[in-house]
This record gives sequence, structure tokens and C-alpha cells, in this order.
Amino acid sequence: MTDRTRRIVTLAMPWMAMAVFLIVWELACIVFDLPEILLPRPTKVFTVFVQRIDILLAFCWDTLWTTVLGFAIAIVGGVMLGVLIGASPLVYAGLYPLLIAFNAVPKVAIVPILMIWVGVGALPAIITAGVISFFPIVVNVATGLATIEPEMIDVLNSLGASRFEILRKVGIPRAMPYLFASLKVAITLAFIGSVISETVGGNRGIGFLMLSAGARNDAPTTFAGLFAIAIMGVAMYAVCVLVEKRMTRWAFRGQLVS
Amino acid sequence: MTFVGLEAVSLTYRLGKETTLALADATMDIGKGEFVAVVGPSGCGKSTVMKLVTGLLPATSGTVTVAGKRVTRPIKGVGMAFQNPTLMPWRTTIDNVLLPMEIVEPHKRRFRRHRAEYVAKAMALLKTVGLSDFADKYPWQLSGGMQQRSNLCRALIHEPELLMLDEPFGALDAFTREELWGVMQALWLEKRFTGVLVTHDLREAVYLADTVYVMSRRPGRIVMARTIDLPRPRTLASTFEPAFVDIVHELRDRIHQEHAA
Repeated sequence: MTDRTRRIVTLAMPWMAMAVFLIVWELACIVFDLPEILLPRPTKVFTVFVQRIDILLAFCWDTLWTTVLGFAIAIVGGVMLGVLIGASPLVYAGLYPLLIAFNAVPKVAIVPILMIWVGVGALPAIITAGVISFFPIVVNVATGLATIEPEMIDVLNSLGASRFEILRKVGIPRAMPYLFASLKVAITLAFIGSVISETVGGNRGIGFLMLSAGARNDAPTTFAGLFAIAIMGVAMYAVCVLVEKRMTRWAFRGQLVS
Repeated sequence: MTFVGLEAVSLTYRLGKETTLALADATMDIGKGEFVAVVGPSGCGKSTVMKLVTGLLPATSGTVTVAGKRVTRPIKGVGMAFQNPTLMPWRTTIDNVLLPMEIVEPHKRRFRRHRAEYVAKAMALLKTVGLSDFADKYPWQLSGGMQQRSNLCRALIHEPELLMLDEPFGALDAFTREELWGVMQALWLEKRFTGVLVTHDLREAVYLADTVYVMSRRPGRIVMARTIDLPRPRTLASTFEPAFVDIVHELRDRIHQEHAA
């Protein structure tokens, strides 16, 4: 295989894998004669997708902005708490167990509480998305700060740098690749958060659409919603990867610099 | 005149319940502008001496003084270079070299407004070590020898009175290492800072130092202080002359005694 064909094949691989997956699904539905309510054929899902594109787009937009807003809040809060925990062993000792306990609580359990507090709608979705994507950001930023080479700290100490200076000159830049790596995980979690909230107690968004379609036994629409979430998730993930590569070029060493 | 003084300094490490005596009763007297080397068998506490002098580790007993002041916490404005270049991968070479200027007074206060002046100064320093063309490269784009050269520049840019070198050439190949001895000597002859070099390379110690201290096996004690009165500048050729070789043998014999003991 020449370099050129190899590159083309590499680019084509994910699409081919997806095509194979959909074809196998389609054939399985036909061969086993599965009822549509159980598992609609992909072609049927696609038809519904096109037919109901207006409502899908509107509800996608609801899910997307609540997710991204919650995610943005999680980034701000997560970075601040992560820096605090990573920079101070005392804060680490105090807050880490609490953080783990907090993360262990299934987020679906807090949605009813949120509904009591803030009512139905966008707000519980934003909060759930934020809360669920907060944890990986905190942990990663803290790890980046806590794993600075001791010799680097020696060099700065012997120059007379204050703790704040060490944090600013070494800690923060060093934590950046960790932060961006966590964003890829966090954005997908944020979608889970907002969709859970919409499903449990929403009146808009893809989660709500899927739930109401499911209640009407409208499996194709439910699956169309599922596809829509997957597409948004992949798109946002790609955005995070792009930002990561731009912001922390140095962490990838020679690979991207040529 | 004593610039760095160690008087009966001991250091005990405590790791859990175990205690290790790393350095015992060390007394050293380093004059201003003197370049000393500390050699000894591996694990004898050579690096401990460095950390004690700079105050990164507090002595268990005895006193450490630098410039007449007793060292109790990390002293400021020292130049340091380790075996690992510890350059920041997110900064270009020039920005790495400029790091001390962003931290050490009075440069810190002036840095933003007089940046061009500092850049020129850093470029001049990079030129003396042959790195002018690599100022805008990142550390991971440089070879090991080049990284160590930038590391030396970073250690010297703020013109520290005291330069601490912990096996800075240890990880380099023989040719690069010997070349950097010359670079180091030229820098010292020009700026006349007080230098403390920790190394296990006896030729390196004799080439660079005015006085070589030999340490015993753990717990490290200073068992010999040898003045090197060879004329400067020393050259690579001079390292093969009888006078030089005799000193290296003398030091080697002393260290062998330690290994045999």
C-alpha cells in the first residue's frame, strides 16, 4: 500500500465501520423480521429524521445550549477548585473525600431535587450537565498541578519564587494538557446530564422528545433522537479535540509541529 | 574570604521510621569567586550538599552560611542546573532562559517595560554557548547537549553570585560533555561567580575546579580537599598532561580507598 492510499483508507475507515454497522442492523431487522416498535430499521429512522427535522432541530438546539452552558460553568468552577486542590495538600486532604462522595451520587437522583428547587425547564438541565462534567475537570487539573517535577520547583525556589509564582509559571501551564484532556470526557458527560434531566423532568429537548415518543410507542422517533444526540456528542467532542491541539501544541511534541 | 561556609553540618533523612545519616560533620570553606567540585562514590550525599547550601533542605545540625548570613530557608537568586535540564516544554529556548528575569528582583519589576533589553542580554548569552539560531525553538526540538546549554544560560542570566551544578553534564555523551566543560570554564572566567559542581567525573572536576572535595561513602564525610593550581584557561589537551593526570590519579586512589573500606 502506498502512503497516499494508506492515508485515504485511514480516513475512510470510520465511515466504512459505521456503514457496516448500519447495514448489519438493517439486515438483521429484515432477516429476523423484527417489529418496528422493538427495533426500527435504520432507513426508517433516517426517513423519520428527515420528516421531522424541524422539531428535531429545535429540540437539539435546546439540548445543545443547556449542555454547553452547564459545561462552561463546570469548566470555570472545575478549574478553580482543581487549582485549589492541586496547589494545597491541605485543601486536597479536606475536600477530596467529599468530592468523591459527591461524584458517587447518581446524578439522576438529584434531578427531582433540582425540580423542587428551580422548577421544570432549562435550568435543571444546565445544572445537571454542569454537576456531572465538573468532577473529571477538577481531578485532572489537580493531577496536573500535583505532578510537577520536584526539580522544576527546586529551580524556582532557588530563584526566590513565591508559591503563587510557581503556580503561575509552572503549575497552570503544566495543568493545561490535563485540563484539555478532561474536557473531551466532560463534554460527553455533560450531554448525559442534560438528557437525563430532560427525560426525568423536562418539557423541551431531545430527552423529552425521546420520552414522549416512547410513550406513544413511536420507536423510529425515539431512535432519531438517539442519533441526534450521538451526532451532537461527536461534534462537540471534535471541537474539544481541536481546541486541545491548538492550545497545548507543546504537549504533543513533534507530532503536530512540522 | 568565605562566601559559602559549612561548619560541622550533618543531615539525617527520615523516611517513615527509618533514619539515614546522609551527611556527617561536613566542613567546607568556599571563597568568593572560587569554583569547587565535590566528588565521591555514588550515593554519598553529594547532592545533599547542594540542597543544604541553597537552603532547600535544612541541616540537622551545624551551620550553613552564604555571604555571611546563616541559611535557614531557600536562599534567593541562586543559579541552579541539574542533570535533568528541567526546561519548560511550553516555552521557547529564549523564554526559558528569561525565566529568572521574571522572578528575581530587580529584574522582575523592570521586565515588562525593558523586555527588549533583556532579550538582547539573553541572546548574547545564548551566542556564547552557540545557540543563537535556536532561540525560538522549543526544548523538545533541541538535542540533549543543546538543552543543557540552555539550562546553563538560564542558571546564569540573572548573574547569580552562586551557581550550583548537580551533575549537569552527566547525561551527555563524552564529546558534548568535554565541549561543555570549555563553555562552562569560559563563562566562569568571564563572570567569576562562585561555583559548586557536584560530579562523579574526576577529569571534569579537575578541569573546572579550584578545589576538589572528596567525600566518603555514606554517611558522607569530606575526607580530602585538594587544591588544583593548574593554570587557566585549561584546555582539553591539558587534561592529558602529567600534572593533570597525577591529580586525577590521586583523587581516584582516595575514592578507591573509600570503596575498599
